[in-house]
Amino acid sequence: MEISRHWRLKQQRYALVGEVCPHCDVKIFPPRDVCPVCGGEAKTTFAFSGKGEVFSYTTIYEAPTGYDQTVPYTIALVKLDEGPMITAQLTDLGEQPVEIGMPVEMVTRKLRNDGDERGVIVYGYKFRPAWKMPSQA
Amino acid sequence: MRQVAVLGIGQTKVDEHWDKALKELVLEAAFAALQEAGIDRPDTLYVGNMLSPIVSGQNHLGTLAADWLGLRGIEAAKVEAACGSGAAAFRAGLMAVASGEADSALVIGAEKMSDRAGHDVTAALATAADADYEVDQGVSFVGLNALVMRRYMHEYGWKHVDFAPFSINAHANALHNPFARLHEAITLEKFEKSSMVATPINLLDASPTGDGAAAMILVPAERVYSLPGRRKIIVAGSASATDRLAIHSRSDPLWLTAAYASAQKAYQMAGISPAEVDVFELHDAFSIMTALSLEACGFAERGQGPRLGLEGATAIGGKIPVCTRGGLKARGHPVGATGMYQLVEVVQQLRGECGKTQVEGARIGLAQNIGGSGATILTHVLQAV
Repeated sequence: MEISRHWRLKQQRYALVGEVCPHCDVKIFPPRDVCPVCGGEAKTTFAFSGKGEVFSYTTIYEAPTGYDQTVPYTIALVKLDEGPMITAQLTDLGEQPVEIGMPVEMVTRKLRNDGDERGVIVYGYKFRPAWKMPSQA
Repeated sequence: MRQVAVLGIGQTKVDEHWDKALKELVLEAAFAALQEAGIDRPDTLYVGNMLSPIVSGQNHLGTLAADWLGLRGIEAAKVEAACGSGAAAFRAGLMAVASGEADSALVIGAEKMSDRAGHDVTAALATAADADYEVDQGVSFVGLNALVMRRYMHEYGWKHVDFAPFSINAHANALHNPFARLHEAITLEKFEKSSMVATPINLLDASPTGDGAAAMILVPAERVYSLPGRRKIIVAGSASATDRLAIHSRSDPLWLTAAYASAQKAYQMAGISPAEVDVFELHDAFSIMTALSLEACGFAERGQGPRLGLEGATAIGGKIPVCTRGGLKARGHPVGATGMYQLVEVVQQLRGECGKTQVEGARIGLAQNIGGSGATILTHVLQAV
């Protein structure tokens, strides 16, 4: 049980809250309080739009403990529209094949059960194929 | 800093050692090295290990090893840098002797993995990645490498089968290494049909885990010059570098920054260029890592690593032979021990003890050990004098 660890991450997990560097305007996720580009202090919070595209992906057949109930599942490196990259599962794929460059958007989903029936259920971000307006279809 | 030499080596077979605990593997490799060196009591001891608290419920390995080796009283510590733990322990021992603080160091890499079920080991290995932002998403260590490999294939136009020569070469060389886990040649057909672990990485792109330990005695070089017998091996270059822990935080996920940095520094220290390297034990945990290491260390242009395999340059007799004792792919990858296996194997090459996979006239050997998905990388240059 790691309840406090998951609780600490709630803003990142549920709302993709990162940071923006006040010196060079670089957007930062995960938040690290230090700008990875200019090295300056960067504690200004910034909520990401949740839009991005697939930079790379893999379908996992042999999973770590806690995830082996759901194999196979697909994980991607998603390049967010605002710049940073994020590691996340893809979901709601249906029959759609995944491709590099595919537009995706963030949704909230169950990540795993933390232990037995008394453990917490961990929720967080996953990404699904970006919804298109009917006129764009 | 004074020059440091290798006085003795020891290793166990990499295997599923159901009959041996971690402690017994440590003792087997360490006693072999001590015996070869003719030393009873080293000044200091470092054990490289990644998983012992999770797999064996045992931490505090430095003191455990000192106690059971009959070395009670000496300085001892465990060194951890994920899969780079072995070379990190070596470097700690090297620094101790080079600085003059110790006149002899026993360095050991040891790992016990078979005491847990596969998915538990998969979870344990994932602790090398970012717990909050990689592991909680359900990514395995294979999965992280698969993300890199897929993008690499996309950007440079390689097909999965183009990576096959790396695995075929490793398996072929392991046939002649009694300490290797796998003694089974593989074919192109078998490589292509192997079962999928995390697309595009299949079972024959990936190294098998295992139990094992490898050890070495380091002493000041002046002490070995006067000794009769076998060729003297000195540590000519040593460097360690880091990159961002998570792949998603790297500005260029297809370039091993820490491999480049540590290799450049090690080359400079040894006063050599990549062209002078006779043998390279690299960290082929996955076939993609072979390509990336060859590129970062100056043996291939960016994006062209697989070409070296396809052209036969990485085989024995080629321009830059790699995995001459089987590599991680076929000797096996007992994670925290791997760095020490690589260094022991380079010593064997430089001494001319490798039989059918001996690189003729090998004088300069390179060993590169990687922790995590490229986040810690240690590069060592050994030289026969």
